[in-house]
Amino acid sequence: MKGMVVKVGDDIDTDLIIAGRYLRTKDKSLWAEHAFEDLDPKISSRLKGSIIVAGKNFGCGSSREQAAIALKEAGVVAVVATSFARIFFRNAINRGIPLFEILDPIDCSDGDDMTVSLEGSYVEADGIRYDSLRLSDRMMEIINAGGIIELRRGNK
Amino acid sequence: MSTLSERILKGEADSFVDVMVDKVMAHDGSGLQALTAFHEMEAEDIPYPERISIIYDHIIPANNSITADLQAELRKFSVEKNLNFYDIGEGVCHQVMSEGRVMPGEIVVGADSHTCTMGAFGAFATGVGASDMASIWVTGGTWLKVPETINIRLEGKLPKFSEPKDVALRYVSMLGADGATYKAIEFTGDNDLKMEGRLTISNMAIEAGAKAGLFYADDVTCSYLKKYGKDAVPQKVEDCHYIREETIELDDVEPVLAIPHRVDTIRPVSDLEGTHLDQVFVGTCTNGRYEDLKRFADVVKGKRVKVRTIVVPASRTVLLKAMETGVLKDIVESGAVIGTPGCGPCLGAHQGVLGEGEVGLSTANRNFKNRMGVGAEYYLSSPTTAAFSALKGEITSPKELP
Repeated sequence: MKGMVVKVGDDIDTDLIIAGRYLRTKDKSLWAEHAFEDLDPKISSRLKGSIIVAGKNFGCGSSREQAAIALKEAGVVAVVATSFARIFFRNAINRGIPLFEILDPIDCSDGDDMTVSLEGSYVEADGIRYDSLRLSDRMMEIINAGGIIELRRGNK
Repeated sequence: MSTLSERILKGEADSFVDVMVDKVMAHDGSGLQALTAFHEMEAEDIPYPERISIIYDHIIPANNSITADLQAELRKFSVEKNLNFYDIGEGVCHQVMSEGRVMPGEIVVGADSHTCTMGAFGAFATGVGASDMASIWVTGGTWLKVPETINIRLEGKLPKFSEPKDVALRYVSMLGADGATYKAIEFTGDNDLKMEGRLTISNMAIEAGAKAGLFYADDVTCSYLKKYGKDAVPQKVEDCHYIREETIELDDVEPVLAIPHRVDTIRPVSDLEGTHLDQVFVGTCTNGRYEDLKRFADVVKGKRVKVRTIVVPASRTVLLKAMETGVLKDIVESGAVIGTPGCGPCLGAHQGVLGEGEVGLSTANRNFKNRMGVGAEYYLSSPTTAAFSALKGEITSPKELP
């Protein structure tokens, strides 16, 4: 998978990904439209086909799954971070968003091309390959199904 | 020998386990998302409805007709499926669960990050998102990775004016906002913390990224549950492997504030003395219990607050007790406003959101940028610090009143 880098910082909480004032709706496109609004209102227009590159503790705070849904709806291809908060981690996997936990920050800029591989457990930027944490078989099963909803539906 | 999490989850740290969930909880926000996921899964049956509680606390009463319509949908579903349904005004989900609905050794999964609050009972309690919640409704179970454990020993006795909230802020600051990510925290030690204080301390485990924050059930736990007609048995502390061990001497804990916009960045209240405030908020799953309201009332009784002050009891039970004991009267007479038992303005959706450039002091657990008002700043403190600050309209250290 390939995408264009959108960089964000450390400790991006789920309130910053999608603010509490937008939660009471079923309109997923609204979440995509307002994603990261309180961090930088200009980010949402760059999310389609993007790979979010974050620092540590991405997705901390509230358990709101709308944060993962917002990224999915906005067309985010994958999220790369040095660490993820655990509830967001589960939510993203459950929504079929590939996550890449890497050891050290990657030297890259907004708009750079980036390649990621779940099977190979790596992230590649500017010709350099960085190992990422291998997802467990259980998580891979969910991602490969397209998310836990699809997995459960398939089990019927 | 095992950690408490390993004993409850019946697996070694770092292993994956499939568990049945004893208590399942969602609220008006996450519950609706879970319902959508439930329908998307094309599911119909809920095998264990008696284990599931739906508690309306986030935006209650509904703030507009869109919210009302959404809430009506989940309300109808909860009744049709025979779930334990708690409508508006019963209280914050974690407080309602803490009122005799969670037992030591249980596995509790809630669609809310602060579900870790129930670890105060020696339960393994953790938060998940909406799809996980729907999946538990459908199957009754889930998978978990058994966490490694950090031990924090709480030793001694808190000085007057220092509170469990100050302890919580202290350990979150010690570990950092991601210091316990994927891990459990076990709180042990020789101290005199009551159940209410333990709930405050477990509540904030997620602010250090933790999966769970547990106390061992002891005589304090058992006598608390006895009040709700529940017979519990103490849990034995075993020697076990912790990946990190810390001690907090309670006698040394001073009143602190988390400063904008990070929960893990604290300062002594005395350092920020005199900072102007536009609003004080007392409540939430962290500090909306009767004991919190009582300590606030003891300070403001017979005086007037100098800043707009919002007090939200964490549950109907808390509100009733505050009425019966006169605590509520003291608070109302001081000029504070009382909100419907629930989350209040904590999530930034209603009932006291701050305006741009305004500064607030709150007893909640999060002061993330823009969360309780776009362009606003929030400090977090104990109810006692909030009370002294409300009386002066500025950040004020607790001290003996003349």
